[in-house]
Amino acid sequence: MEAAIFMSGLIVILFVVLIFVFLLRESIVFFTNQNLLGVLSGKDWYPISDPPRFGFLPLILGSLFVTLGAIVIAVPLSMAAAIYISEVAPHRFKNIFKTGIELLAAIPSVVLAFIGIVALSPFIKNIFNLPSGLTALTGSIMLAFMAMPTIVSIIEDAITSVPRSYKEGALALGATHWQTIRRVILPAAFPGIIAAVMLGIGRVIGETMVVLMITGNAAIIPTSILQPVRTLTATVAAEMGEVIRGSQHYYALYGIGLVLFVVTFFVNLMADIFLHRKRY
Amino acid sequence: MNAKQIQNIMFWLMAAITVLIILPVIIIFSIIIFNGYSALSPEFIFAIPRMGMKAGGIFPAIIGTLYLILGTMLFSLPLGVLAAIYLTEYATENWLTRIIEIAIVNLAGVPSIVYGLFGLGLFVMFLNIGASILAGSLTLAIMTLPVIITASREALMAVPKSFREVSYSLGASRWQTVSKVVLPNAIPGIITGTILGLSRAAGETAPILFTVAAFYLPKLPASIFDQVMALPYHIYVLSTQVPNVPERIQYGTILVLILMVFIMNISAAYLRAYFRKRKLW
Repeated sequence: MEAAIFMSGLIVILFVVLIFVFLLRESIVFFTNQNLLGVLSGKDWYPISDPPRFGFLPLILGSLFVTLGAIVIAVPLSMAAAIYISEVAPHRFKNIFKTGIELLAAIPSVVLAFIGIVALSPFIKNIFNLPSGLTALTGSIMLAFMAMPTIVSIIEDAITSVPRSYKEGALALGATHWQTIRRVILPAAFPGIIAAVMLGIGRVIGETMVVLMITGNAAIIPTSILQPVRTLTATVAAEMGEVIRGSQHYYALYGIGLVLFVVTFFVNLMADIFLHRKRY
Repeated sequence: MNAKQIQNIMFWLMAAITVLIILPVIIIFSIIIFNGYSALSPEFIFAIPRMGMKAGGIFPAIIGTLYLILGTMLFSLPLGVLAAIYLTEYATENWLTRIIEIAIVNLAGVPSIVYGLFGLGLFVMFLNIGASILAGSLTLAIMTLPVIITASREALMAVPKSFREVSYSLGASRWQTVSKVVLPNAIPGIITGTILGLSRAAGETAPILFTVAAFYLPKLPASIFDQVMALPYHIYVLSTQVPNVPERIQYGTILVLILMVFIMNISAAYLRAYFRKRKLW
């Protein structure tokens, strides 16, 4: 039994290694046939033309546009909500707000994507007078909503773990509650806030269904947030179903998976390092 | 403007933003319930889809999702609990433990579509299981593992140290202490965490795309080596792959998935509250 316990502890490492090995195993053919720099900077993603072109750049930029948009929307809103819930909100509202945000976290992504199609995209289309409401911005807004529960709860934890004495010291010196929050609590909670943003980025880059369904899926290099884009994740989800197993295209999709794995690995590692940095 | 006025403005602004985040949640639920409830009928729940999924029910998708939840639990619960026991009761603070912790964090952060690719590469192709309930459950189980480990670890750590000391002082071995004293007291937390992890797995689409989900399969699976329809994938199919599906059917399917996920979430919250009240220490 104790051997089984030890093995179970180690199996987590095994899974991470296995994921990496399988992504590498299936994409190594692709990366040896193509030049890595050429792939990462290639401007055309035409996997089924003759000859096929496997440039990741439009997809990487698509992911970047949508992620940046989502983070720009989600971080300030989450900060405000986290500060309000942990420091300001009257006690009886606190739990209502927290439950509301937990509820948001529980909605499956495919459902949020559907709501994005029927409710948000017509709205975006009308406001900006676009031919289609399926744009990078539409995806960013929906992804911001998906990322907010994670970001809010980690910032909240960071704020509540700031020692009480810091706050009392500032208040005793005559600072207002808001001055205390801005000058004392937020700086002390800073590593936690950075970790929250990192984890938010990790979630947004990796989200698939929302971007697949509401960003328009055009593999072109985006110049505006009001254009349709196609992300790395959406490309895999959309094309893996129809690809011929063992073709260059198939290996290229695993190559995209490998890029996603490596990027999210480092983003999450950074978040973990910030979370474990003890400041007090 | 003095400091007090600035504070008032900021606090009101933050309150408004908090409401701005919560309000869409309420709107989303209202839209789904308002448009979906009229579709809910015994026929919709218990019949197979007809006319290219534009009529009939969603029974195979409901059953498929239930199978996947069950399969995911069978693999991830024992593995997750044992891993948590190792980390809290056996591991000392050394580099190996730190690596395991980093692995858990990263497993939790791997994009769901990458799990899909991994499941396809390892289970479907390499182990040659084929797209099936087994391959899909295994993929979802690995994805759910970090949630279950983290929740179980917290539950185990919440058991007071004195419980273990009393057990040791009576001459019990470490395994006896863990299995007879620590684990029974941690079970409520483990159950709650498991249900929450499974409710997330139930709503996932990307990991099952290439490992189990069937576009249209109007019969129930005969074995764990069969493909199944699943609710999240069915929602994706109905909203993007099949033209002119009646809205009633789309919203009805979403409502069923939402209800399933929420029944799981609410029962987890209820169990947590129930056990907390009965807690003896």
